[in-house]
Amino acid sequence: MSYFPDDMPRPEPTMDEAGFWEFCKDRSLRFQACTSCGTLRHPPLPMCPHCQSCGIDWKEAPPDAEVYSYTVVRHASHPAVTPRLPYVVAVVEFPALPGVRLITNITDIDPGAVRIGLPVKLWWDDIGEGMHVPRFRA
Amino acid sequence: MTRRKACLVGVGQSEFTRWGGIKDRSQFQITAQAIVSAIRDAGMQPADVDGLASFSDDANSAPLMAVALGLPKLRWSSMVWGGGGGGSMGGLAQACAAVESGQAEAVAVYRGLCQGQGRRFGKFSAVRPGASFVNPFGLFSPPSMLALLVRRFMHLYPITELHLAEVALNARANANRNPNAVMHDKPLTLEQYLDGRWIAEPLRLYDCCLETDGACAVVVTTRERAADLQQPVIEVLSSIHGGGPQWGHGPLASHNMPDADYASTNGRGLARDLYAAAGVAPADIDVAQIYDHFSGLVLMALEEYGFCGRGESGAFVESGAIRRDSGKLPINTSGGQLSEAYVHGMNLLIEGVRQLRGTSTSQVPDARVCLVTGGLGVSPTSAAILGRV
Ligand SMILES: [Zn+2]
Repeated sequence: MSYFPDDMPRPEPTMDEAGFWEFCKDRSLRFQACTSCGTLRHPPLPMCPHCQSCGIDWKEAPPDAEVYSYTVVRHASHPAVTPRLPYVVAVVEFPALPGVRLITNITDIDPGAVRIGLPVKLWWDDIGEGMHVPRFRA
Repeated sequence: MTRRKACLVGVGQSEFTRWGGIKDRSQFQITAQAIVSAIRDAGMQPADVDGLASFSDDANSAPLMAVALGLPKLRWSSMVWGGGGGGSMGGLAQACAAVESGQAEAVAVYRGLCQGQGRRFGKFSAVRPGASFVNPFGLFSPPSMLALLVRRFMHLYPITELHLAEVALNARANANRNPNAVMHDKPLTLEQYLDGRWIAEPLRLYDCCLETDGACAVVVTTRERAADLQQPVIEVLSSIHGGGPQWGHGPLASHNMPDADYASTNGRGLARDLYAAAGVAPADIDVAQIYDHFSGLVLMALEEYGFCGRGESGAFVESGAIRRDSGKLPINTSGGQLSEAYVHGMNLLIEGVRQLRGTSTSQVPDARVCLVTGGLGVSPTSAAILGRV
């Protein structure tokens, strides 16, 4: 059973975003890295903002991250999240992979215990139809 | 040859209601009526207007508006990119560019927003750019997206919930003096603020702007023409829009900026350029209308527009600085978007003009220079400085 109910909006990637989600299907969290200069970027972009190369490597993220910022959502702006309230949405960053941050959820925790700097670990949420979504827990 | 300088000569608005309050007329119709009100307020006729400008996905098509208004000739139509009100003062900047370059003689800048007839901004939208990177995580709505910036801001600096409260309470106190404000007859106490339900921590109900129906318009023309019209001449000293690196990514804000830029409104570079173009300093600003979709970003803007140091906005508002009666920088004197109405910043521009005309319901004595900002924490953001000639 997935973390959010089945009527939760699913990823609907555009052409430039599809690569990220293809790796997620295989439970692999990868960020775009420029083939020319190595600069990381996320969300995906078709061109390197540093050197304008369109060459893309996909660099695997480590499973360890920490909370950069977060909010405890207590108001449902979509019916799917009503049974899940309150839930934590966080921006996490990777000490071993500077330059990219990810929007995700911190699960299995009392929302009052979340803080900036909290170490968290990646887990893969099976949302069905072959898709997996990266979430984190302490 | 003297340079053409853009001036604000007319303002017009509909009534403001809670979302869904305007049912008997379309959003397009009340927008057209607001534009006509602004033209008449200036002492002009629709035939004098030859340009239309708006911003950020405005749903009221300028070419169609030109037909409805009966404009004999449309010489300028433009709309600034971005969602929400980020480009509101960018719309003004476009109008000024048109007038000052001679591509138009008089431009109406407008926004009509009946959230009861279209999309409510507080609800989920599948069409936001980058939606796949936020929607599956339940980051659907502007308050939760910007709560992430406010949380980081409160982590880095001594900003407390009482400082957020002060922004909301000031807006409400001003709205209580403004009969056109949606919250005119609804006083708000600190106890009520703190009892307000959480929307997305650290933002409570009263930290979030209203969702309303309404339309606003202003008319811009040359200073030469303005001098012959019926209102006091309000010059647009400067008006610009833009954004810093990486700000455009994500539905409301990128989350990959350097730490120094993350907990900010995206206004630092813009503020510097704005003051330089206007030839004034923060100390010259008598009154400010700061885009208040969420209280926390108003605090950030006070810092970025130079009214206090980085991280000092909490102490600044705690001193009473933003209040009409006691403050050195009264802000959001109509009640702002927290308590007057949420017309994507255009109601803030109209209040700026009222202050310089001396007709605000929370008038700052002898106000001569006013800062108005567009939407904060997005790209592009925008701002303008108005001066009474
Ligand atoms: Zn590169």
